[in-house]
Amino acid sequence: MTVWIERARNALGPELAGPLAAFVMVMIVFGIAAPNFLSRATFGSVAFQLPELGLLTLAMLLPILTGGLNLAITFTANMAGLTLAWVLQSQGGVDAGIGAFVLGSILAIAVGALSGLIMGLVIAYTKAHPILVSLSMMIFLRGLGEFLTRGGDVSGIPGFLARIGYGSILGIPVPLLIFVACVLIWHILLTRMKLGFNTYMIGSNIEATRYSGINTRKVQVLVYTLSGAMCAVAGIIMLARFNSVRVGHGESYLLITVLACFLGGVNPFGGFGRVIPVFVALVVLQLLSSGLNLMGANQHLATAVWGILMITVMILRWLAGRLKFLNTNRR
Amino acid sequence: MADQALDGAASRPLLSLRNINMTFGGVKALKNVSFEVLPGEVHCLAGENGSGKSTLIKVITGVYKPEAGAMIDYDGQSYSQMSPVTAQAGGIQVIWQDLALFPEMTVAENIAFQTVIGRWPRLVNYAEMRRVATSALQRLGVTLDVDLALHHFPIAQRQIVAIARALVGEAKLVFMDEPTASLTQSETDYLLDIVRNLSASGVAVVFVSHRLAEVLEISSRVTVLRDGGLVGVYPTKGLTQSRITELMTGKTFDHSVLRRDLAKSPVVLEVEGLSRPGEFEDVSLTVRRGETLGITGLLGAGRTELALTLFGMRKPKSGSIVLNGNLVRFGSNRDAVAAGVAYLSEDRLSLGLIQPQAIADNMVIASLDKILAGGFISSDRKRSLVNGWIRDLGIRIGRQDDAISTLSGGNQQRVAIAKWLATDPRLLILDAPTVGVDVGARAGIFDIVSKLADSGLAIILISDEVPEVYYNADRVLHMAQGRIVGQYAPGAATLQAIEEAVYA
Repeated sequence: MTVWIERARNALGPELAGPLAAFVMVMIVFGIAAPNFLSRATFGSVAFQLPELGLLTLAMLLPILTGGLNLAITFTANMAGLTLAWVLQSQGGVDAGIGAFVLGSILAIAVGALSGLIMGLVIAYTKAHPILVSLSMMIFLRGLGEFLTRGGDVSGIPGFLARIGYGSILGIPVPLLIFVACVLIWHILLTRMKLGFNTYMIGSNIEATRYSGINTRKVQVLVYTLSGAMCAVAGIIMLARFNSVRVGHGESYLLITVLACFLGGVNPFGGFGRVIPVFVALVVLQLLSSGLNLMGANQHLATAVWGILMITVMILRWLAGRLKFLNTNRR
Repeated sequence: MADQALDGAASRPLLSLRNINMTFGGVKALKNVSFEVLPGEVHCLAGENGSGKSTLIKVITGVYKPEAGAMIDYDGQSYSQMSPVTAQAGGIQVIWQDLALFPEMTVAENIAFQTVIGRWPRLVNYAEMRRVATSALQRLGVTLDVDLALHHFPIAQRQIVAIARALVGEAKLVFMDEPTASLTQSETDYLLDIVRNLSASGVAVVFVSHRLAEVLEISSRVTVLRDGGLVGVYPTKGLTQSRITELMTGKTFDHSVLRRDLAKSPVVLEVEGLSRPGEFEDVSLTVRRGETLGITGLLGAGRTELALTLFGMRKPKSGSIVLNGNLVRFGSNRDAVAAGVAYLSEDRLSLGLIQPQAIADNMVIASLDKILAGGFISSDRKRSLVNGWIRDLGIRIGRQDDAISTLSGGNQQRVAIAKWLATDPRLLILDAPTVGVDVGARAGIFDIVSKLADSGLAIILISDEVPEVYYNADRVLHMAQGRIVGQYAPGAATLQAIEEAVYA
């Protein structure tokens, strides 16, 4: 039995303790404070809201693990959404078929990956700081997107997209299924694949990794390319849910994705962090805002509570670190 | 000079500690240690890492409080414990290895900033600082441009600045923690002269150093610690390097040169006229299967640059590298690894190993393809590969997932060697493999090197400590200013002859 616990802990990482504790706390507090919190409706709303923020967080996670950042995630998602919308429009707008959707989605992912590829190449070869490179990409995409859309919405989307945005399979919302699939892909990538292994190593010490015979440039380029592709998936889901694209939509998620990574125990300087704890952290953030909503609190207040939660987590981690320090010394 | 101090004031030690005990989390860091320094004496504190040297210094400077029963006499006063304030006020100064200087500030500011801190009217008097700094440097017999920012100076001169700062604090007792660790031989000689001046002016100096030759040269007495306990206090006269090593480690070492007959062994590496202008020129060498080729020389002789070129991380301007009979041109170190070349970096902390990451991950990083099963990393294969190397190289670890930084220098170096052996190399380049490794653990590293050579690996051993290559290599090349200037066969040439050539 203990072997299994040990194995589970090794597989998921010590980072899981924090988010899991926060999860239990949120469940207990709202379970008592809001009697209708533990209901299907709450979890339904969480299940539909989680994927957008979640997919963007996955896109943010890989660059953070290498010690970088991708500030262009939301506009890359917008750009990919626009690509899909234009393809659908050119194929008959509301009358476009499944084929147009598939083609558009492939092109959308290609556009997202291209944005990441360019950032990755610049970061790997010029050694410019990822914050500056991705900030430049963010400004570029935003300007380009606003120019192409004249600052307005692009709509005229076939009706079947709503089934992707709002439909369910076996009672599970489709966006959630897509998100969970992406979580699993990222988990396998990071725990079982060479690219994931090298991502962690680069995050801790890129020069020592290079001296070990690893092609660090290739790793960086791939990480940003995958990050861009994941933004595109988020962009497609956003298009399906809002029935339109607007450049700037989801902009407020940008910094929340960084917070969600840190809440999930990801080291802000890179090298350490797992997907599953980040997933739990995302669930906690959504439960928190849904719970506050239920209690009739203002949406802005929910954002404020996210901030408080993060600060509390920092302090708790510091305390836990001190306790651990005492423990090892007593031995 | 030191002898005079011994005779004149021998009756009253400047500092005397008795009955010092310290416990950290159940581990006895100091066990009933006593320690004594005479006024104006140069005293050496010797011991391996973890023997309690730093802990003892921190007790004396008031950073740690010793357990009850401790008796500390300093400069005519008795204490049961020191505090940082009393230590500073009493003129005890420590120059830590990292120096704790401000590279962007001027020499004058670095030396004299303490004199202006907190004094009313909270303005900085630069003329005063310059005067204080110049006079402190004069006491050391040194002239530096005090208005230049510190980062313009080489490390040896920064060391001097740190000493000058200690003097401004009216030092009576100065601790120097590994002051020569990053200095070349001539810089070290310069520093030792300064220490002699300091001692002549009546300041006692406690010298902590791994380099036993310096210990013998500079100090009048040696206090040896082992595992937190006092081994003894010895007059330097009559001590030898090997005797100090024995006292520090409690082991005896057998020193003999290698005698392997390699004339019939096939050549693994043949380098002909290799050059990178500004780094090294016209280097030619061969290494045979089962041979260890030693390369020695001062820092900056081009040894590491040559090694990095053989490892494909730098491109030669001219010349050829022939590996196993094939002319090679490496585009990157990945090509070199694939061709069977491995390079253990001289800088284990920032280039050799990824310090925050797990022991197991550090061991498999260069040979990930070996632990793949169907394209995915197999944790079973990884564990068995790691366990195999831990057993073969006798590495002592807690758990495989612990960070590599939790290991001692010697065990870290074994992991670094294992990491490269896992790539099945034919040529292993070891660049300063004993830097930061305890004297006792060095022998273990060289045991491994010797076994690897016997198993047929070709090895290049680079070290700036001549005895290391003398006793552990079949042939020794002397490199200076980017050129190979001498070749020796240990046994045929004496150690002394090679040392004189290298340090001349």
